[in-house]
Amino acid sequence: MTFQEFIFWFFATVLVFAALRVITARNPVHAALFLVLAFCTSAGIWIQLEAEFLGIALILVYVGAVMVLFLFVVMMLDINLTRLREGFWSYLPVGAVVALLLVVEMALVLAGPWFGLAEAPRPEPAPEGYSNTKELGRLLYTDYVYPFELAAVILLVAIVAAIALTLRRRKHGKYIDPAQQVSVRREDRVRMVSMPAEKKEGGS
Amino acid sequence: MLDTLLAYPQSLLGPLWPVAWTLAKILMIVVPLMLCVAYLTLWERKVIGFMQIRIGPNRTTFFGISWLGGLAQPIADGLKLLVKEIIVPTGANRFLFVLAPIMAIMPALAAWAVVPFSPELVLSNIDASLLYLLAMTSLGVYGVIIAGWASNSKYAFLGAMRSAAQIVSYEIAMGFALVGVLMAAQSLNLGEIVKAQQGGAGMFSWFWIPLFPLFLTYLISGVAETNRAPFDVAEGESEIVAGFHVEYSGMTFAVFFLAEYANMILISMLTAILFLGGWLSPFPASWGILGAPSFGWLLLKAFLVVSSFLWFRATFPRYRYDQIMRLGWKVFIPVTLVWIVVLGAWMQTPLWIWWNS
Repeated sequence: MTFQEFIFWFFATVLVFAALRVITARNPVHAALFLVLAFCTSAGIWIQLEAEFLGIALILVYVGAVMVLFLFVVMMLDINLTRLREGFWSYLPVGAVVALLLVVEMALVLAGPWFGLAEAPRPEPAPEGYSNTKELGRLLYTDYVYPFELAAVILLVAIVAAIALTLRRRKHGKYIDPAQQVSVRREDRVRMVSMPAEKKEGGS
Repeated sequence: MLDTLLAYPQSLLGPLWPVAWTLAKILMIVVPLMLCVAYLTLWERKVIGFMQIRIGPNRTTFFGISWLGGLAQPIADGLKLLVKEIIVPTGANRFLFVLAPIMAIMPALAAWAVVPFSPELVLSNIDASLLYLLAMTSLGVYGVIIAGWASNSKYAFLGAMRSAAQIVSYEIAMGFALVGVLMAAQSLNLGEIVKAQQGGAGMFSWFWIPLFPLFLTYLISGVAETNRAPFDVAEGESEIVAGFHVEYSGMTFAVFFLAEYANMILISMLTAILFLGGWLSPFPASWGILGAPSFGWLLLKAFLVVSSFLWFRATFPRYRYDQIMRLGWKVFIPVTLVWIVVLGAWMQTPLWIWWNS
């Protein structure tokens, strides 16, 4: 076993373990953290496949941003475990169908030799000085520029729609315009009154 | 000479040699870094002391030599924290409670793998080092979140929530600032980025001039990313005691502390590399020894940036939380977006003079 193979098997074991724990962990926060571990190890495997841009982007986008917000939400939920398990039997048929589909798909991939996958040409090793990131950027902005821009516009529309759906102005909101706050002058707030000193009346 | 020196251990270790040599190189980076972190705490206390017309720490000393007063302070602090008891709160998740400080310091140290100290001196000269750095700095938030949740304390949890939202927001502005850098340098490799800033005009050929708005955005986002004052609402002593690390004591607290300072040094090093010309000299090359590029310049620049972090802390009052969010989303992100477009247009014209082609 070479060192590279060792690294692959190590990552693969951790990945399978983490993925299993995502669905078996009782505490949702633990499950989310195991999902983070699964993302990190699969990024490692991708980097080993010389897809370093995808690997780093997976860490950057999913681990660094999406899962943070996910944890943020999961941690604030007050989850009742017994109530979560209530609908088990009613969800079982749908779940079983999805599971069956996944098993078939996995079988298609894993049983590659029987389905003629072995006849597909092996990918050539990348030449010296080949940059995965640069190549992806070149393809995205030249050959696939229209699909890429289209996807970007669809995402933008989704963002605008999501904001429009959730945005509500509160009636009695105490919003303060920072520009107004900054431009306040002394004269607006304090009035200096000049008064002559008064004599004290009586007493000691 | 190095080859002959290394020949003996190489023959001794055989196939394990690459692993041992890489570990040795990692130690060669991490040990000086940890020393820098320790003395940065002393420097911070001294600088803030000077600004407030105090002396700062001046008692602890080595072997009773009085003019070294204060220099042993970081060692004394470290020793004190090392021997203190680690208290795990009731109902806390033990494993995650201990994991959190490790998660905080791991990315702060791992990011140093791609930082170039000179044209040849870099642990791992990978092509996508800028992306790697972004990924590593974005992982730092997990330490804070896990600490806040595992502590089983309301104050810690509030601190973690604040920190998570803040770091995720400022990361976007930071990423856009880096997009500007990679556009100007035409490369993701940190060493190539420094080389792209080499020009005849000394400090005027560095990227801080054409990318000035991005430079400021990066610097300020860096302060926010490391949870330093005036953006330190995650710890906000006057509001939520000490935020996410309120339940931590002894060495577990010290590791959070180390991570924060290691992150500060990392951000200042990156600012020096990306915008201030790295190891290049600020003077034109014709000035002899002053104009020669060297590691000393990089250290000096990083030191100046890190000192400005301390200066900010001593000068500015803490931001209000909604103002932090406004600054990140409504000021920095539009500024960086506009400047990227301006930069793209500018680079197509002959007015762009930052390529030493």
